[in-house]
Amino acid sequence: MKRKQKIFEFIQEKILFLSGSFTSITIILIVLFLFKEGLGLFSSPQIEDGYSVVVNSQNKVQNYTSEELTDIFNQDITSWETLGGNDQDISLFYLDDITSYVSEEELGADFENVSQCIDRIIGENPNIIAFLPSEYITESANMHIVELGNITVSEFMTGKNWSPSSQPTPLYGILPLISGTLWISLFAILIALPFGLAVAIYMAELADAKTRAMLKPMIELLAGIPSVVYGFFGLVVIVPLIQEFFGLDVGETGLAGSIILAIMALPTIITVAEDSIRQAPKSVREASLALGATKLQTIFRVILPSSISGITAAVVLGIGRAIGETMAVLMVTGNAAIIPTSIFEPMRTIPATIAAELGESPAGGVHYQALFMLGIILFLITMVISISVEFINSKHKKSSL
Amino acid sequence: MKKHILIALIALFATNIYAQKVKGSDTVLPLAQRFAEAYDKQGITITGGGSGVGITSLLDNNCDIAMASRRMKFTEKSKLSKKGIEVNETVIGYDALAVIVNPNNKVGELTIKQIEQIYTGEITNWKELGGADLNIVVYARETSSGTYEFFKQRLLNRKNYMQSVLSMPATGAVIQSVSQTAGAIGYVGLAYLNDQVKAIEVSFDEGKTYIAPSFDNAMSSTYKIVRPLYFYSQKGKNSDVDQFIEYTLTAEAQKLVLQVGYVPIDEKNNSTTKISAF
Repeated sequence: MKRKQKIFEFIQEKILFLSGSFTSITIILIVLFLFKEGLGLFSSPQIEDGYSVVVNSQNKVQNYTSEELTDIFNQDITSWETLGGNDQDISLFYLDDITSYVSEEELGADFENVSQCIDRIIGENPNIIAFLPSEYITESANMHIVELGNITVSEFMTGKNWSPSSQPTPLYGILPLISGTLWISLFAILIALPFGLAVAIYMAELADAKTRAMLKPMIELLAGIPSVVYGFFGLVVIVPLIQEFFGLDVGETGLAGSIILAIMALPTIITVAEDSIRQAPKSVREASLALGATKLQTIFRVILPSSISGITAAVVLGIGRAIGETMAVLMVTGNAAIIPTSIFEPMRTIPATIAAELGESPAGGVHYQALFMLGIILFLITMVISISVEFINSKHKKSSL
Repeated sequence: MKKHILIALIALFATNIYAQKVKGSDTVLPLAQRFAEAYDKQGITITGGGSGVGITSLLDNNCDIAMASRRMKFTEKSKLSKKGIEVNETVIGYDALAVIVNPNNKVGELTIKQIEQIYTGEITNWKELGGADLNIVVYARETSSGTYEFFKQRLLNRKNYMQSVLSMPATGAVIQSVSQTAGAIGYVGLAYLNDQVKAIEVSFDEGKTYIAPSFDNAMSSTYKIVRPLYFYSQKGKNSDVDQFIEYTLTAEAQKLVLQVGYVPIDEKNNSTTKISAF
């Protein structure tokens, strides 16, 4: 009988161990997958995948930066002189324009002569710069293929433009996205923390059992509302309110996102903080009251400090919710990829970018890899936050002992 | 008893008809739904997400028909052909795009050049266009939207959007935002126009005549911000899929195109079809 129990306990132990290690391995695999998909970005060409930029081989301007190419194709630079070439107007050429240079007969019935036609067009027009699918480009004396090299880490980390649909060089600079994410999360937690703490203290210490029994399920219900519903609420109610109250041109701002995220983070913060406040040792509470402290003095000077680790856990979970939220933010922040200078500007966050763009980017493409890199950055940000909170927490514990 | 349930289950799976999956553009979505309702109530599931989403899932073999409000890009086509997938392209109707502003905006007419300048950031205040002294707030769709690409190709002269453009996840969100922001400008499909926003009359001849984005003007081709709507399907994969696509081209189905608020194919001569970009 005893032996049977021993075996049974052994099996139970192993199952617990296995589920623990299974979870850890899954998490590690997910992180590895993120890195595997994302790091390919830095061996991808700057010019849009499958396309090339070519100029006439007689053209004096042979080397370009990606900014110069963007300016040329945005028609902000219109003369070769600006780039150190001849005083001639730049003429842009896309594949769709081919019929204004050659007739349809010349292209052939199944467009089999397109390559030769392109070669001839570029040879005949010294001021042309063309953005064409690479497969129509043949190495020849007439044309010079512009080489830009690969996307670099520094361009990705310090680039100020996020514009993946930009042609001929998609721009993957994450500064606007990182700053948007941090602004919105910071303000969200600034709004949610005092509110959440106040509610938690009220519920744990001040409210009578009846009020508490009513409040608690209501707050938990708040956590069950789908985020897209929060998003719609924000767009229809909060965005116009902010616009009117602050007299802004546009209500879709970082602040709207912060408020929505604060509301969404509240249930987590309240529940976790309340639990930890209630768990403050009874002896401490009673000792404080016995010494003649008032109820509020006891709460703020004795109970809150003793439950500080639970409160920090609430903050970390709240921040985690705020940083990673996608849909609600996508709907209310305006999603303009610019580096914000105040909370009253439209912003684009990292999760919103991933959610909005992942669907259109084919697996394995440059855009897809860039989005995975964003995922890695987001992962690193949350990791740094939780590690530093843990660190502060452990220091605090040591000093209070 | 158990046996009976088992048999019933097997019978259910055996008679289960092939469910066609249609995915992609939110613009084509209402039309595809009407087609599916009229054609076959059970066998077709339709989801939105944007043209890019549809074409990507055709590439990953997650859907049978990709709906698109823009033509397949060259890169997409070459990825498909690398995988050995040949696609059929079918134009199922046309959609006119309306440029919209807040109903309280005094400006009601813009030339095509002015629209380009607004979206590329050259014009930033309504007073430059004869309106109130009010900053222009520019709304666009997310980049996965075919509307985004079409607008860039046709109205921005292939220039890139300015950086500070606000991109919205859905057409409904664009209308909502434009209706509550005084200086807003945005674009939506004609079928989505309502009283909450004001449609701009557009001039295609540098300000000589301004044409309202109406259904009649789109049919007569005087209003030129019109784009074809596509169904993309894999060649020879499934005959049910082919039959459904054939059905969409019948006169009966094209009446539905009219009802949904798009321009049917036979009404429009196909002179707009340019040389294939591929």
